[in-house]
Amino acid sequence: MRIKGKGIAALTNPVKFSFDGQSYSGFESDTLASALLANDVQLVGRSFKYHRPRGILTAGSEEPNALVTTGRGAARTPNVRATMQEVFDGLEAHSQNNWPSLRTDVMGVNDLLSPFLSAGFYYKTFMWPKSFWEKLYEPIIRHAAGLGALSGQHDTGRYDKAYGFCDLLVIGAGPAGLIAALTAGRAGADVILADENPWLGGRLRAEVEEVGGMSGTDWVAEVAAELSTLPNVRIITRTTVTGVYDQGTYGALERVGLHRATSGDAPLETFWRIVAKRALLCSGALERPIAFRNNDRPGIMTAGAVRAYLNHWGVATGQRVAVFCNNDDAHRTARDLAEAGVEVAALIDTRPDAQASGDFPVFTGAEVVNTGGRLGLSQITIRHQGATQRIDADCLAVSGGWNPSLHLTCHMNGRPTWNDSIAAFVPQPGAAPGLDAAGAALGTFSTKGALKSGFYRAKLALDDLGLKVPEVPIPTSDDSAYVLTPHWTVPGKGRAWLDFQNDVTVKDVKLAAQENFRSVEHMKRYTTQGMATDQGKNSNVSALAVLADATGRSIAETGTTTFRPPYTPVSIAAMGAGAHGHGFAPERFTTSHAVSVERAAPMIEAGLWFRPSYFPRPGETTWRQSCDREVNMVRTAVGICDVSTLGKIDIQGRNAAEFLDFVYINTFSTLKEGRVRYGLMLREDGHVMDDGTTARLGQNHYVMTTTTAAAGAVMKHLEFVHQCLRPDWDLQMISVTEQWAQFAVAGPRSREVLNAVLDAPIDDQGFAFMACGEVGVMGTRGRLFRISFSGEHAYEVAVPARYGDSLFRLLVTHAEAMGGGAYGMEALNVLRIEKGHITHAEIHGRTTAFDIGFARMVSAKKDCIGQTMAARPGLTGPEREQLVGLRPVGVVKQLTAGAHLFNADAEAVRVNDQGYVTSVGYSPTLGHFLGLGFLKNGRARHGETIRMVDHLRGLDVICEVTDPVSVDPEGGRLRG
Amino acid sequence: MAKLIAKKPCEGLLPIAAGDCSLTEVTPEAITSIAPAKGKEKSVSDALKKAHGMVFPAPNRATGKEGSRLIWTGRGQAFLVGPMPKAIAGAAMTDQSDAWAVLRLEGATAEDVLARLVPVDLRAATFKRGHTARTMLFHMSCSITRIGATAFDIMVFRSMANTAVHELSTAMKSVAAQAR
Amino acid sequence: MRLTCPLCGERDIREFSYRGAAVALDRPAPDAGEAAWDDYVHLRENPAGESRDLWHHESGCSAWLVVTRNTVTHAVLKCELAADVKGAAR
Repeated sequence: MRIKGKGIAALTNPVKFSFDGQSYSGFESDTLASALLANDVQLVGRSFKYHRPRGILTAGSEEPNALVTTGRGAARTPNVRATMQEVFDGLEAHSQNNWPSLRTDVMGVNDLLSPFLSAGFYYKTFMWPKSFWEKLYEPIIRHAAGLGALSGQHDTGRYDKAYGFCDLLVIGAGPAGLIAALTAGRAGADVILADENPWLGGRLRAEVEEVGGMSGTDWVAEVAAELSTLPNVRIITRTTVTGVYDQGTYGALERVGLHRATSGDAPLETFWRIVAKRALLCSGALERPIAFRNNDRPGIMTAGAVRAYLNHWGVATGQRVAVFCNNDDAHRTARDLAEAGVEVAALIDTRPDAQASGDFPVFTGAEVVNTGGRLGLSQITIRHQGATQRIDADCLAVSGGWNPSLHLTCHMNGRPTWNDSIAAFVPQPGAAPGLDAAGAALGTFSTKGALKSGFYRAKLALDDLGLKVPEVPIPTSDDSAYVLTPHWTVPGKGRAWLDFQNDVTVKDVKLAAQENFRSVEHMKRYTTQGMATDQGKNSNVSALAVLADATGRSIAETGTTTFRPPYTPVSIAAMGAGAHGHGFAPERFTTSHAVSVERAAPMIEAGLWFRPSYFPRPGETTWRQSCDREVNMVRTAVGICDVSTLGKIDIQGRNAAEFLDFVYINTFSTLKEGRVRYGLMLREDGHVMDDGTTARLGQNHYVMTTTTAAAGAVMKHLEFVHQCLRPDWDLQMISVTEQWAQFAVAGPRSREVLNAVLDAPIDDQGFAFMACGEVGVMGTRGRLFRISFSGEHAYEVAVPARYGDSLFRLLVTHAEAMGGGAYGMEALNVLRIEKGHITHAEIHGRTTAFDIGFARMVSAKKDCIGQTMAARPGLTGPEREQLVGLRPVGVVKQLTAGAHLFNADAEAVRVNDQGYVTSVGYSPTLGHFLGLGFLKNGRARHGETIRMVDHLRGLDVICEVTDPVSVDPEGGRLRG
Repeated sequence: MAKLIAKKPCEGLLPIAAGDCSLTEVTPEAITSIAPAKGKEKSVSDALKKAHGMVFPAPNRATGKEGSRLIWTGRGQAFLVGPMPKAIAGAAMTDQSDAWAVLRLEGATAEDVLARLVPVDLRAATFKRGHTARTMLFHMSCSITRIGATAFDIMVFRSMANTAVHELSTAMKSVAAQAR
Repeated sequence: MRLTCPLCGERDIREFSYRGAAVALDRPAPDAGEAAWDDYVHLRENPAGESRDLWHHESGCSAWLVVTRNTVTHAVLKCELAADVKGAAR
């Protein structure tokens, strides 16, 4: 119910929204919670386990009960806290965890079964038979328990991430935060002030209080006005700082578009990573309830929340409100309600000596022992002076005191300490490097205290930063002492709730203690206390008190569980903002990409690169037809293939040759200028790292190529070898992969195609196998390498990337005129398998130079990376699996990569394993499948018949072991 | 004989604009990496000063001006962006003219756009004109240089130009939509 | 986590990649014997406390760094250029 004339929020822009299909009206300044309460809606959800009717407990981000689902379809968002969701015109919200409806939830039967569902129930009950857990118990339990559900559709919402930097991050804009920001702002510090509400002021917006001789709100407005004139202060509202990380990094979630019907190109949320030299936690305190029988009925709220709804939104949370507390602070609730004309049914204070008066019944030394009402509160039962009596009330404001909101100080392993005077945990100094706390977060609860603390702690931070601290007078303000007598639970029968979201009762905690789960960490896991999405913000300390009592220890001795990020739930979508679709990873396109796509080539991903699989021609209906044609094209005419994705590293310097000798197993210092040599590099553990060709362009100038897959890793390795092992060498390295568009021109007619584009034609003698040099390509300076991966007479021609598209088109046109054309990855693969050339399918990290038959390449005249370890026993010899070729000779003609090899007469079981197949392809040149694989002592077994078994695909194939090179083993074609 | 046709890295992708920011492609005549040989740092710097009027830049700095800059690009390395390079004794030089897409982001909210993609503080107070950073543009390695009060030159690998434009345009639209 | 690259300044963790213990700087001679090589390639301390690791400023200036940090407190105590550390040792 809205009270006329109350509330400081602007009640000017009316909006229509719906809850469970029912239309309501509210104002733009409302949260869903305040708007529902204004419409006298108390019942908003069902509890997680027992499906108990639940209402709104708080007015802030700590809300455990009022979780709703907003939106619909793909944009549906579950578990939205009604206390944080601002209403807008057209907002649709739904209650969760009930069926068929919120008012008539059949799963409410769980509540009747509660004697059987106490803590540890699942652990004890669903133990056996073991297989029933996955098949029966878990699905049923999951169905019955739970929060809201995702839509299951692709989330179309936009999210951002952003980086922020500042000298001082002030977390929370209550009195402490505001004065801290003002102090730092006047000192000229680079300040970010973040608050999770849409407004500044914190509790000052919820209380009737004067600051500096004006209303608290006016003082807030005055400070905000000054802050907004300071260019060095950035204020981000609707932003919850969610985590503290190493070296002053803070995570923060900003709700950018969640309070609007549509946000267009703006994100719904932005996840900030803020790097702050210093941070000040001014996050205030959270009120804790008192546990008594049936203390979870809708209508039972924290006393501070009742004041917030009244003073900020002008909403009375009930028509007859009772207040139950153990401290003076909560008396303000009765006072404010009475002044607003709301009937106060009773003020019940547990302290016999409590001082309270007002135009309402006051019961001191009294307790609420039970409550009544079906879907909401209608009555409370109190015990006073030994007698019980019932009082009609539709709202009960409860306060068991306040807990400093110190969660962030625990994120770096900080342990809070118990402070008896406020009966709460307080943060330890230096709990997280660079993070300090002030105000109520530090346990200083009065407004005056918070202001002083905010100024003082800001001053300390500014001193640290070497900034001059300006005078900031502390305004006159409330300085009343915080007086309370701890009162955690009301003894008696029935269930008294601690953790509302996870349905943990006082009895559950006692049971945990009784069953010897006495450590706070064990109790937490046994009962699930504090393990819900709110992390037990309202309930942990009370649960500890119960555990301490049950185990005969003090709370300080019992200790507390710690808090981890995030402080409040963060959507995965916000953390992964941007990293989907085209933003998932950079998409690398070669210069021939457009042509390939024009020619309908299916593009496949090779790392980040996109490469053409094959180039289909009219009439070809399967990829094999295209692939076979492309292979034949290269073998009989000429093919063009973009090989620009291979890594190209320019290496210069006086020690370049020596360096290459050190990273390759073979020698490059002896390579003549204008020549290319194949090289193999090892890891230091003796296994093969990568291979490729390196060309010597000048005395101290080489260009190394790497495989596409290992380009980055090799560059990093080379930098490591230089900087970490031989920094004394004169070397300059840089990737030139992106500079050059490089195309393989392969086949018997390759030179004819090249001579059609070269400014000066080449011949076989002038440009022999493994030659390289600069050439003019249609007036452009390019590079030519006579190298071959296909085994044919072939070249690779490179031009600056800007000309790549143009040259590729021309080469393909010329090739097509000669009966050739473009070929893709499939044909490239078949061609190299026919030639027994390895790729990372073979050099997969477990193979040595010996395994692939390159042992003789290792130069004994020099040291190189991996040489010593490659010589270890076990890395060479007949026991090794060695590279072989395979061809099917039985009835089944197919080979598959990943299949394993067995002796022809052996059973196909693991102990008989002889090796495995790494690469296969259909060879149109030979008319049958070809495979490469590793076979024990394989080189000595050429000609042997062996069994290839693919258990996965159900294949059993008789093969002949062959030399890895199946086509042109003499290499005559290369020399063309 | 016909000539090969040149294509720009961002051909068909730029320019674009959103809010008060524009993204355009810059096409310097040449980009050349210059890495002094061991012990030749001083003489290379002197030679550069003589040949191109700019000294070899300190880490995180760019020297020169529009049309002719020396941008520090990493350990012992700078890029000469703009002029065709003259021979510099004692330096390893490679042609990088075609390896990079150079994007210019300009506008009052350019810093806010980059704050969505770059994990470095690029605000004017800390990242002044003539400052440069080797860092990341979302998932990509990049070089960013402030060339004016509200303008940055961003260099990314040519092959990633599409993705760079995608990321920047998304951030530009987001910032524009949030402008109040 | 943030590391202060001696060349680039303080940077976010995402720009760096981790390699492992700085032991990798001390490559034995080819004839140093099996034990020395085993140590170098395979054996690593797992300290709760101060550690000395190699990091690569991969998405930055490409420098290899020797980072001294505390694995318990996460404090970063020192970041040096590996080339300087190695150069000084030679």
